[in-house]
Amino acid sequence: MELNVPKLDTEAVSLDSVSLWNITRRRLFRRRSAVIGMVILGILILIALTAQWLAPYDPIKSMLDVKEYPKPVEKRLPPCIHAFGCPEDKPQHIMGLDGNIRDEFSRLLYGARLSLVIGLATVTFAIFIGTILGALAGYLGGWVDNVIMRVMDVLLAFPSLLLAIAIVTVLGPGLINALLAIGIVSIPAYARVVRGSVLSVREMDYVSATRSLGGNTYEILFRRILPNALTPLIVQGTLGIATAILDAAALSFLGLGAQPPTPEWGSMLGAERNQVFTAPHLVFYPGLAIMVTVLAFNLLGDGLRDALDPRLAHIS
Amino acid sequence: MTTYILRRIILSVPVLIGILFATFALARLIPSDPCRAMLGEKATDEVCDDFLRRHGLDKPIPVQFVVYMGEVLKGDFGNSFRFSMPVTEILAQRLPITVELAFSSLLVSIFVGIPLGVISAVRHNSWVDVVTMLWANIGVSMPVFWLGLMLAYVFALALKDTPFQLPPSGRLSPGLITVPFYEVWNLKVTEGTTTFAIVDFIGRMNIANGFLSSDFELVKDAIIHLILPALALATIPMALIARMARSAMLEVLGQDYIRTARAKGLRQRAVVMKHAFRNALLPLVTVIGLSLGGLLGGAVLTETVFNLAGVGRILYEAITARDYGIVQAFTVVIAVFFVILNLIVDVSYAYLDPRIRLN
Repeated sequence: MELNVPKLDTEAVSLDSVSLWNITRRRLFRRRSAVIGMVILGILILIALTAQWLAPYDPIKSMLDVKEYPKPVEKRLPPCIHAFGCPEDKPQHIMGLDGNIRDEFSRLLYGARLSLVIGLATVTFAIFIGTILGALAGYLGGWVDNVIMRVMDVLLAFPSLLLAIAIVTVLGPGLINALLAIGIVSIPAYARVVRGSVLSVREMDYVSATRSLGGNTYEILFRRILPNALTPLIVQGTLGIATAILDAAALSFLGLGAQPPTPEWGSMLGAERNQVFTAPHLVFYPGLAIMVTVLAFNLLGDGLRDALDPRLAHIS
Repeated sequence: MTTYILRRIILSVPVLIGILFATFALARLIPSDPCRAMLGEKATDEVCDDFLRRHGLDKPIPVQFVVYMGEVLKGDFGNSFRFSMPVTEILAQRLPITVELAFSSLLVSIFVGIPLGVISAVRHNSWVDVVTMLWANIGVSMPVFWLGLMLAYVFALALKDTPFQLPPSGRLSPGLITVPFYEVWNLKVTEGTTTFAIVDFIGRMNIANGFLSSDFELVKDAIIHLILPALALATIPMALIARMARSAMLEVLGQDYIRTARAKGLRQRAVVMKHAFRNALLPLVTVIGLSLGGLLGGAVLTETVFNLAGVGRILYEAITARDYGIVQAFTVVIAVFFVILNLIVDVSYAYLDPRIRLN
């Protein structure tokens, strides 16, 4: 007779698999939406890295300047795909040509590079400044805390896109200024997260122990306290990249961000927005690209939040 | 309760001063010479000195800030050099359009978002839930300007000559004349008074004006023009509200008292609406308040896409023309509005949750 003894899950008890990162990774891969987010992101990174080989044409050069290109060319040519019945003797343009007779598909591929850089750069900047400010506010307390957090309150009092618009208006339009503006408006979110984490562990016994053992402020703050803020920072940062890409696209759409002929999705869309009825493909594809990228970061961020949240541990 | 509200109001004063200071500082950081920006490159030094003196720009910065604060408190934002009229007047003309748009979007997002979220939570893991959450994820990831343009393309061109055709721009059909309701009512209001400012503000909102003057042709036309922009602008807050409603409901539905209510034999409807929903309202209020800020930011993009002459649209024009006065005034007005809104959210929070006001 066979006994119904539950099998011991050896993997769960083996000591080396119980680190936070292992648990997180396992939980993350179990969530379908997070996996979809990671797959999309992987593809995007791949596209960004290999854009120069994937793109059939130069993203900035007009077809008029390409010697071997058959003339005459049609401005804002709709997509021409050979597999879908476009005559073989015409050159193939998967997403058509834009108003300056450039290959939209090539520009879109190069745009992936820019969008990822925009997202990462602004969030890195904001996390860096936000962590310093939040750590100082939480650790030192008193008037330092008051001053820093009131300034953060003021920044939070503006709808983020409007504040970014105001800052870029002053700094002058341009991609770098737009990134700076978006970085500045996202600082408060990170400062708050870090301050909260610092406050919650500042008085804990292991911190006092380090202090009584003669640990200096630097060691206490960076070795003992700040690692606790890492988890919420990663979640906030991933979701923050999504917002940053959306805001940067909006600024570029308004003409405040990337300037032509840079192949940036928001500015590509903005440049052709009046042609939406005659050349919808020039509006549709860049917007779709923005949406897919932002969606990937949102899915991953949500997945990370669920995977890193210990309160949800019993679910998975 | 009163003490709580008072404390919250007092706490928001430093933030308001901070907002004024931030916008003041932003305007002073402009790397150009205000005199030559206004009067042209050829202005002589004497003319410029006189100009600076007349506008108080020769005084020390702290003095300038105090003067600026006083002016803003009086509602004076100076003149716009692009439109050569007071900025306050421009705002008064344009703000009703933006308010109308933001308000309709908010209504759409609340009345679609909350039921969707609640149904998703009640039917957890059903196809309704999966579709709603998928859609909510896509909704928060969409650039509002792209959605607007795509909606305009679909409803104005692809669905042309069908009953679903909708106008892609403007607020009213050409040729439709609006009469302010106070003229229909034969109200005697003199221009320049506060009463006039208020009735004029309401009169500029087409839907409200149509209802007040019983001009239902106008109401219908205004609504038809507002559908696409409101839908575009509502998508992100709608998705946020649906997500929040779902997670708040899921949390509440898992509580013991819900099981008790079910055990008592209450019908599903009563459990969901009376026991669960009321307690899920709290986080929803916060999300709704916060999404209004996003709505105002999104209004700039939506108005640009749909050619609506609201503050967002004027802001866009002001940016292109480097008309800082308007940008500054608009930022102040929106930020102050946002602070008041947060105040209302906090107060309603305290109203909904006695624990907060008693602490």
